[in-house]
Amino acid sequence: MPKHTALKFKRNPHLDLEEMVLEKVPTGISGLDQVMHGGFPRSRIALVCGGPGAGKTLFGLEFLLRGAEQFNEPGVCIAFEETAAEIITNMASLGHDLESLVREKKLAIDYVHVDRKQIEETGEYDLEPLLIRLRHAIDRLKAKRVLIDTLEVLFSGLKDEGVVRSELSRIFRWLKNAGVTSVITAETGGNALTRYGLEEYVADCVIVLDHRVTEQVSTRRLRVVKYRGSSHETNEYPFLLTENGISVIPITSIGLTHSALTERVSSGVETLDAMMSGTGFFRGSSILVTGSAGTGKSSFGAAFIDAACSRGERTLYFAFEESPSQILRNMGSIGINLNRWLKRGLLKIHAARPTSTGLEAHLAIMHREIEEFSPQVVVIDPITNLVSVGDMGSVKAMLTRLIDYLKLRGITAMFTNLAVVQEVEETAVGISSLMDTWLVLKSTAHGAETVRTVNLLKSRGMAHDTGQHTFILSDKGIVIHGNEQTISATQAR
Amino acid sequence: MATSKPSAQRKRAKTNTGTSPGGSRSKEAIWELRLYVAGMTPTSVRAFDNLKRICETHLQGVYTIQVIDLVQQPALASGDQIIAVPTLVRHLPTPVKKIIGDLSNTERVLVGLDLRPAGTSGAVTR
Repeated sequence: MPKHTALKFKRNPHLDLEEMVLEKVPTGISGLDQVMHGGFPRSRIALVCGGPGAGKTLFGLEFLLRGAEQFNEPGVCIAFEETAAEIITNMASLGHDLESLVREKKLAIDYVHVDRKQIEETGEYDLEPLLIRLRHAIDRLKAKRVLIDTLEVLFSGLKDEGVVRSELSRIFRWLKNAGVTSVITAETGGNALTRYGLEEYVADCVIVLDHRVTEQVSTRRLRVVKYRGSSHETNEYPFLLTENGISVIPITSIGLTHSALTERVSSGVETLDAMMSGTGFFRGSSILVTGSAGTGKSSFGAAFIDAACSRGERTLYFAFEESPSQILRNMGSIGINLNRWLKRGLLKIHAARPTSTGLEAHLAIMHREIEEFSPQVVVIDPITNLVSVGDMGSVKAMLTRLIDYLKLRGITAMFTNLAVVQEVEETAVGISSLMDTWLVLKSTAHGAETVRTVNLLKSRGMAHDTGQHTFILSDKGIVIHGNEQTISATQAR
Repeated sequence: MATSKPSAQRKRAKTNTGTSPGGSRSKEAIWELRLYVAGMTPTSVRAFDNLKRICETHLQGVYTIQVIDLVQQPALASGDQIIAVPTLVRHLPTPVKKIIGDLSNTERVLVGLDLRPAGTSGAVTR
């Protein structure tokens, strides 16, 4: 490496600082370029390591695929583990058409078969043919991107490890000078990052993929371990293998840099707006609605959605408890017709069982849905069920990231949370500090009647009513009564 | 290290096509050998000389050697799955055998070509 830099300096004695700034190659993989602050280092080598099934090959292939499709950078794949036909079939099952890319000379796959049983070794040799094959393929396509998957096969295929090592460093040097941006995959193992210590040769950029199963739920994660000459995000990020390829979720606690909006948006309940100086929530704020079962949390959510759609705003509803049709029916019973917004494309309901995937995957899916739909309002109903798939710590971390992300985009978000009466504050304590506005719903027995009450426990940055108010769910929606009506309210039904 | 200087002299040099049945070898056994090299490096030359000597000793008259210089014909590397040079490929008789290296250890070459079972020295067997 120092040698390489020294050479560059000799050729360019007047190289100024600006020219020396590392040029980056966008991978095109959703989210990854953000994590890497631009992409892979141009004309250098990135090492992608991980255990079996971590998604290394897919990762590398997507780098080539995106390069060929989006950036007009043809790619060469030197595959040691799978044949070209196998790779094409595998990628086809993920919706990628490698075959036509190969036909259009935007992609070349060279399968290198190394079978130790077939090979006898005697005397000196070198691995020049690998370079020749690489060069041949690169020249033929004028390739800009290279994937080598997985070089380690050479270590098990050849006896002379010394030759393999010295030849690998020669190949790496050659790649760097060939003007191609390369990705090398390697298996993790032992105490080092990779089983054969390939990270010693590829020191520019190292990415570790991980596939963990916690409480029967698996999550894929990615971390940039090292990126010489560049800043990068250091956290672990979840990623998904979707029908649209790899999707990394770059949401991080980017800090509190979002600008606070002063615009107010209606909660959809006139009487609730009245409790907040008559104007409603701040746009871009996060609202928590907690309450025990049957207190009307979802109804507040639906009212909020209805109001947003009436303003012509796009709304995304994550339902983790009910199916879309159930929601539509139930909300119809309190006079909120969400179906019309669905039909007009202003409302999208994403319904899923919380336990269907891990917490990080939920975050990833939500992130993707938000990116695709670009809503102004998001309702997550309820977040309680997400808590059931993760411990409080990770739920809080996830929510922090989600809320930061929503705020950055100026999205107003409502979260409902189921709380057992006595534990209202306890269960919510972890997340309430993240929220700007907290509505606490309760139902208490008054003689033969159950009375629902709402309390605006907090609402940052605005004068608000702090009283306990009764409310009813009528066929005209939610109606909150003033303080004086607290007890007699039930008669209004 | 192999250079990419072209030197066509030995490219596809055909040597001693089996015209007469040689010594103890059976008539029908034609040995089709390919030697892959990358440029005429000292290692390449040494490998060719070693191979020639071994063939002359053990396969006289029943072998062909085709030398393929990958520097000049890079596309041929994938056909025989060549990853190292020099590589000797025995195409016939089947099964295909590969020996990589400069072939300086005659014993190992003979074993690798099935001209001598591992562990024995002496009679040429088939």
